[in-house]
Amino acid sequence: MLSYTLKRLAFAVPTLLVVITISFFLMRAAPGGPFDGERQLPPEIEANLKAAYHLDEPLPMQYLRYMGNLAQGDFGPSFKYKDFSVTELIMQGFPVSLEIGGLAIGLALLIGLPLGVIAALKRNSTIDYLVMSLALGGIAVPNFVIAPIMALVFGVLLGWLPAGGWNGGALPNLVLPVIALSIQQIAYIARMMRASMIETMGSHFIRTARAKGLSEVQVVLRHALRPSLLPVVSYLGPAIAAIVTGSVVIEQIFGIPGIGRYFVQGALNRDYTLVMGTVVFYGALIVLMNLLVDLLYSALDPQIRYND
Amino acid sequence: MSALLELAHLSVTFDLPTGPVTAVKDVSLEVKAGETVALVGESGSGKSVTSTAIMRLLPELARIEGEIRFDGKTLTNLKDRDIRALRGNDIGMVFQEPMTSLNPMHRIERQIREVLEKHTDLRGNKARARVLELLKQVGIPEPERRIKSYPHELSGGQRQRVVIAMAIACEPKLLIADEPTTALDVTVQAQILELLGELQARYGLAILFITHDLNLVRHVADRVCVMQHGDLVEQGPTRDVFANPSHDYTRMLLAAEPDGVKAPVADDAPVVLDARDVHVRFTTKRHLFRPDETFEAVRGIDLRVRRGQTVGIVGESGSGKSTLGRALLRLLPSTGQIVFDEMALQPLDQKALRPLRKRLQVVFQDPFGSLSPRMTVGEIISEGLKVHFPELSRREREARVIEALGEVKLDPAMRARYPHEFSGGQRQRIAIARALVLKPEFLLLDEPTSALDRSVQVTVVNLLRELQKKHGLTYVFISHDLSVVRAMSDTVLVMKDGAVVEHGPSEAIFTAPRVDYTRKLIEASFIDRVA
Repeated sequence: MLSYTLKRLAFAVPTLLVVITISFFLMRAAPGGPFDGERQLPPEIEANLKAAYHLDEPLPMQYLRYMGNLAQGDFGPSFKYKDFSVTELIMQGFPVSLEIGGLAIGLALLIGLPLGVIAALKRNSTIDYLVMSLALGGIAVPNFVIAPIMALVFGVLLGWLPAGGWNGGALPNLVLPVIALSIQQIAYIARMMRASMIETMGSHFIRTARAKGLSEVQVVLRHALRPSLLPVVSYLGPAIAAIVTGSVVIEQIFGIPGIGRYFVQGALNRDYTLVMGTVVFYGALIVLMNLLVDLLYSALDPQIRYND
Repeated sequence: MSALLELAHLSVTFDLPTGPVTAVKDVSLEVKAGETVALVGESGSGKSVTSTAIMRLLPELARIEGEIRFDGKTLTNLKDRDIRALRGNDIGMVFQEPMTSLNPMHRIERQIREVLEKHTDLRGNKARARVLELLKQVGIPEPERRIKSYPHELSGGQRQRVVIAMAIACEPKLLIADEPTTALDVTVQAQILELLGELQARYGLAILFITHDLNLVRHVADRVCVMQHGDLVEQGPTRDVFANPSHDYTRMLLAAEPDGVKAPVADDAPVVLDARDVHVRFTTKRHLFRPDETFEAVRGIDLRVRRGQTVGIVGESGSGKSTLGRALLRLLPSTGQIVFDEMALQPLDQKALRPLRKRLQVVFQDPFGSLSPRMTVGEIISEGLKVHFPELSRREREARVIEALGEVKLDPAMRARYPHEFSGGQRQRIAIARALVLKPEFLLLDEPTSALDRSVQVTVVNLLRELQKKHGLTYVFISHDLSVVRAMSDTVLVMKDGAVVEHGPSEAIFTAPRVDYTRKLIEASFIDRVA
């Protein structure tokens, strides 16, 4: 298991290299640059700026320089937020996004899994139809619609919770963004859990479990739950990576200082280093989460064993 | 003695969205303590529904009418809690699918203990001791080690033994065994039947044995009940029913043994396929720096088939018979010589082989999986024509398809339909028509009858023999079913672990086997009783 893990981590290096290289050149191929603004800079100032950031060098040189710095863990300075390095920006924003995203995923599992199980066990009943229609709604309505409505209703009209702001991560400030972020996940997880639960409940070993004289509750808890979780687990890997790296929409609407907005702002501003930093960070997280999913898989299913 | 289990006018109706379907109609039968009653019928006869109804394990849309009485209780109106107290306790059940009947995520110990903890006071070490005792009783080697295994680490036969251990853990009065040996090799089947016999003698078990295999019934049952389309058409002591069947359907089932032997072919008939020293090796990559692991599935086999001959290849699962068949047609890479009609096949690449493919055709076992579900029967059959006879016009192709369907005795008007509309036997005929339409000289038949009911098997065997005679076809016939092989083959190869243990003329092999392994196979398949 350990050597398997090490091997997978070693394989992550070329994967990330490809991701970094492609995004580096794609970014440079996009028209415009970090210092193009509404106000044209005097040519000599722009030249100085470019020289300071080595943007005057040929592209392959810039690439090698970037990779060299990256190998030392240096993401470089942000071009837009001039007083900060990219590492500082990510380290500032990530804990916030992680907190919101982690809570949202937790909430989604807490609600989505039971809903899916209940819908599966009561298949084609009113409860099932109700859960599945709600889930469909949750998937169909994008969070940039849900979030402002929630902010309006609970924040402005009813005044129960703050409509926005971070306030150092105070509980009332967390509630709305976490819920808004989790609704779609609840819907996905419930649907997936329902489908895989229905499949499991039709399998032969469930019939065997019933033939032993177990009650339905025991059949579900002891025999059906674990195999049904497998598809959800494999969905969760990339989903968690995506969610904890911040939602642009949610962070924008609720005014949360996470890293989600850096993705978009960085790209719009041609803040090369910031974009690259977030891409590398996100890529590494995806690789890591997928590895965790595979390890969790083998813990859940004894038929999957990783020999070296 | 009064009956332990009694079904009185039992009917089971499924309320499907398309309307009610009655799967079991007015069935009355009884099982006395200590006896074995066989419930026999072909697929769709309602035998499994009947057995599942006893345990009340049917899906919710099933409606049960009539009465099921067990040991003085009327099961049909017991509360859920009370029927659960019987399941796994007084009534044990063994299923057809040993590969999937155990929870793949739990160790053997946990699965058996679960029954004990549900119905007895055994806990902790005592429960563990009982599990070990049960595993020993059902003949699992090294129970101390196996108790920690997961199901996928056991063979099919061992898994079925574990299921049986679970079923008898609480010393039930009745064991319902639903095709417990169908998915197993004949020698394993014999062991499992022996085990059930022992357990019956020891515990005075009553067994309700559900099967489609009349040979088995003769071997294991005191009494037999024959079902057809949900009706119980005949029941009585096994000996009487076999000696003197009163219902047409029973007579048909009894007659449904492939019989006769194949007419011999002249010794100087031209050799169609000649294989020398064929080896097939599979390699699994293990590690960058560790040597790959090689498994030799076929170890140096010689085989020669003359025009019009059938060579039967028999052996248990894993013996390498299908691998050999595929290697002969170059569907798998192999070493050694393979000569077809004086042409060496091994040096040819796949492209050069293509023109030969129409002469070398194959029919596979699975009539459900091997036909594309999204193509009509006509498209399936004519697809090969498009590849191999591109010069044919649409109309000519159509004519050939109609001719081929006629040859396999299917209504040519059915060619616009899709495979799912056909029964297993019909699908196998479609697969044969798909091969025949190319007018091959050689057919590889890989278990073509194994998934079919006995009476359907006979018709397919007869069809294959008829086509062979008519077109001078040459067959290699792979099967684990010795009675079918006997009826089809001129010569027989017996395979074990990738090698031939015995080969010779079919009759000689079946009447005077020289090797122990062959003798064991023949004995285990009860073939002697049929002849």
